[in-house]
Amino acid sequence: MSATVNSAATPARQPRGYNFAFLDENTKREIRRKLLKAVAIPGYQVPFASPELPIARGWGTGGLQITMAIIGPEDVLKVIDQGCDGSVNAVNIRNLLVKTTGVDTTFDTTAASIVQTRHRVPEEPMRADQILVLQVPIPEPLRYVEASEAKTREMHGEMDYSRMWVYLYENIVQYGEISIGARYPSLVNRRYLMDPSPIPRWDVPKLSMSPTLHLFGAGREKRIYAVPPHTLVEPLEFEDFRFRVEEFSGRSCLRCGATDTYMNELFDRVSGQKLYACSDSGYCDKRRAAQERRAD
Amino acid sequence: MAVEQEIVLTVRNLSKLYGPGCPDCLSLTGPEAGTNICPRCHTIVACNGVSFELESGEILGIVGESGSGKSTLVRCLYFDEDATSGECCFSAFGDGRANAFAQTSQARRYIRNHLLGIVYQNPLMGIKPHFTAGGNVAEKLLTADVYNVSAIRQRAAALLERTEVPLARMDDFPAHFSGGMQQRVQIAKALANNPPVLLLDEVTTGLDVSVQARVLDLIKEIQQDLGIAMLVVSHDLGVIRILADRTAVMQHGQVLEFGLTDQILEDPQHRYTQLLVHSTL
Amino acid sequence: MGYVAVSGGSEAIANAEELLTFYRLKGGASPIEVRQIREQMRLAVDKVMSEGALYAPTIAAIALKQAEGDNIEASFILRAYRATQPRRYYSLPADTGKMRVIRRISAAFQDVPGGQILGPTRDYTQRLVDFSLLEESPETVRAFFDRIGVQTSRSDQLPDSFPKIIDLLRREGLLVEPVDRKETLFDITRESISFPCQRSAKLQSLARGETGVMMALAYSSMRGFGDIHPYLGELRVGTVPLCINHPAKEQPVYIGRVLVTEAEIISEYYEDEQGKPKLTLGYGLCFGHNELKAIAMGVLDRTMQSRSPHKSPAEDEEFVLYHIDGIESSGFSAHWKLPHYVTFQSTLDRLRRTQQLREEATASECNREQRRDPGKTAPGL
Repeated sequence: MSATVNSAATPARQPRGYNFAFLDENTKREIRRKLLKAVAIPGYQVPFASPELPIARGWGTGGLQITMAIIGPEDVLKVIDQGCDGSVNAVNIRNLLVKTTGVDTTFDTTAASIVQTRHRVPEEPMRADQILVLQVPIPEPLRYVEASEAKTREMHGEMDYSRMWVYLYENIVQYGEISIGARYPSLVNRRYLMDPSPIPRWDVPKLSMSPTLHLFGAGREKRIYAVPPHTLVEPLEFEDFRFRVEEFSGRSCLRCGATDTYMNELFDRVSGQKLYACSDSGYCDKRRAAQERRAD
Repeated sequence: MAVEQEIVLTVRNLSKLYGPGCPDCLSLTGPEAGTNICPRCHTIVACNGVSFELESGEILGIVGESGSGKSTLVRCLYFDEDATSGECCFSAFGDGRANAFAQTSQARRYIRNHLLGIVYQNPLMGIKPHFTAGGNVAEKLLTADVYNVSAIRQRAAALLERTEVPLARMDDFPAHFSGGMQQRVQIAKALANNPPVLLLDEVTTGLDVSVQARVLDLIKEIQQDLGIAMLVVSHDLGVIRILADRTAVMQHGQVLEFGLTDQILEDPQHRYTQLLVHSTL
Repeated sequence: MGYVAVSGGSEAIANAEELLTFYRLKGGASPIEVRQIREQMRLAVDKVMSEGALYAPTIAAIALKQAEGDNIEASFILRAYRATQPRRYYSLPADTGKMRVIRRISAAFQDVPGGQILGPTRDYTQRLVDFSLLEESPETVRAFFDRIGVQTSRSDQLPDSFPKIIDLLRREGLLVEPVDRKETLFDITRESISFPCQRSAKLQSLARGETGVMMALAYSSMRGFGDIHPYLGELRVGTVPLCINHPAKEQPVYIGRVLVTEAEIISEYYEDEQGKPKLTLGYGLCFGHNELKAIAMGVLDRTMQSRSPHKSPAEDEEFVLYHIDGIESSGFSAHWKLPHYVTFQSTLDRLRRTQQLREEATASECNREQRRDPGKTAPGL
């Protein structure tokens, strides 16, 4: 089963009067400049103009602008939302990109050159020749403790993260553990505190020292940041209260049987029983296909 | 008998101006001019060439009426305000020769987090009412790179006990505490990183007289137990008398008289000091 | 098995879009003409142009038709369209003293040079439902025009320009002087704003803000969260000429007129730079005829100049400027409709763990009588 869809075979209707990948070349160049700056200062939030797109603010316009700025006709694109290629928002974003670029798309992480994602890092390890573009709603990790942008920029400038630490301390005092689910504040390259976008804690370690370039785009908040390849990403933790990923021990995917993936909790429509399935649908499908081949 | 005292903090010619400033600001203001406002450009000269040395383990008092520049001095030393000119050297930073005022904001933050503690007149300037009492102490420890929750809680408990904050309230929010208790939480926080220098700005002003006495006792005890050098700023000669070994009298931004506290209280040299001493006796 | 993977998204999306068209037309009335919207939904078109930040009445009317009258959605369509248009020129500063007014009032003085021009306003209409509109027809319209005597442009009778009321106050030294900030013009569509914010960036953000939220913020200040008691120095509605510098021409080139609403808000006096107390000014200007927005903008421009150390929401420029854009706030507010399964799963993981720790702590507390040990008050510590 080949998941790669060749757009050339089914030529997409190019909307009249729009540039390749929608944005005009000047805007793209400007975004690429900001991307270079973001890569040069890992974890630092670079402000950018962030023009409006025909997709609503908060629906992935940051990630979309990055993808539009870096994509070329030879690229193979994968778009996921919640780990799933078929989610309506992923479909919508993929449609816009295909409509304006005509690139090939895929559901297979290993076959993609660019993966744009919301809330997940794919389960399969990514390579140096791939780029992961993450959609970010709130780029500022310090927003937990400070509402003002002017103040948080100053705190980053002075590497003043004590209030974030106190927040974690108070969490432990109140609940016995750090209660942050997704959006776990992490230190990049021992310098900048970063919001890794609302990926689950499960995915945070995948960002660290990975061979892949990770680009983060927050369209509404007009910020770009990056975790370059082979860069340290350390979730904040105390010596006696370590960072922990989500617990799925004893669970297995009802579709592919995996026991080592991030799972969605489901309820059987008939029995109301709780079930689990891989959140990364592409990976799950691939495992199932392999199992079927073995069965034949 | 004479032991060479180590100097922990040296301040030279510290000036702080609010306003455009002109070449004559410093010479046209001060006690002799009888004003701290420059007649030429209307700049307020809050501090005018203040110099002193703080010895390890001593309490240095700074007394003056409101507007004398004493609180501005403390704020400049804690980097809440940028000094306009002058130098400030900590023995524990840059071989004691680097001018702290000239450092980057990151380096100044290091000095503030590791070498200084401050207690403001208003406890809510120094502590955050929406952090627990323990969390406030923890903040100072976390800025000084202690990342162990058990260690933080033990140290916080010890400090709060030392400053007589009931331990049952350690995980409560200071917003609900009395002014005196808030002040003691602030003192516990200021002591958390074992700073060689503690700045105290009108710490008893605004507290009930009975509470004042307990806070003063506490400060004196802490100084004796821990040997922290303190800079105590007050308009109240009573506070200075109880706490300070040496005292500087400030007026209109300048130091008028400087010496052993007993000497200044018993034999004030300057007319203004005499007035100050006699009015309180 | 009850689980169905979310799939077929493409088809569902296409169907949903068709359904929108179906819902718009299923009533069976003849399709509304864009021209009808442009001319008869005048204020809706103006609001869309102002919040969409593009002066294009016909496109705004199309957007309103496409969005079935949803003002924010229509503004979004216009704004997205605008983002694709090249930026060739910046207009030269427009002189609103040269405005050809259709309406002009001052609440500060009874008698103003040039007079109060009420113009088209609903201010003094009783808000009674006009049932006669049910029967409005070409005949009734003709009868109306016959009755008032058709005048295509009443403004012909008015002078070409009016003196500005704030200039009268300035001449007497009662009002702050404009400050030449020597700033280069900030373009909020080219750069992201930072704080403290340049005034040109503030005014641009306000000019394309969402009317409702601006009104709410301004209202909070006039009502008590702040200290603004505004006087409406002058409110004018009318067209102003716009010019650009063209590289091929020596003189500025006139490119046309735009309808704008301008409000000048006079407020509490402050000492100016020379220490002299003077009245302060807030400035509002937006595309189209939108008086509430212009007034709210003028008030907010003034609240953000507040010198109070304790800033109320309307006085905090970050609070105001980050929250008034209707395209941004509506997009983010609506994005909660997107799936959040992954993050919710992560939250549930934490909650279950916390509950488990609580139960363990309670159980062990029941087991042994213990004094409160401050180092160990928290569950699990």
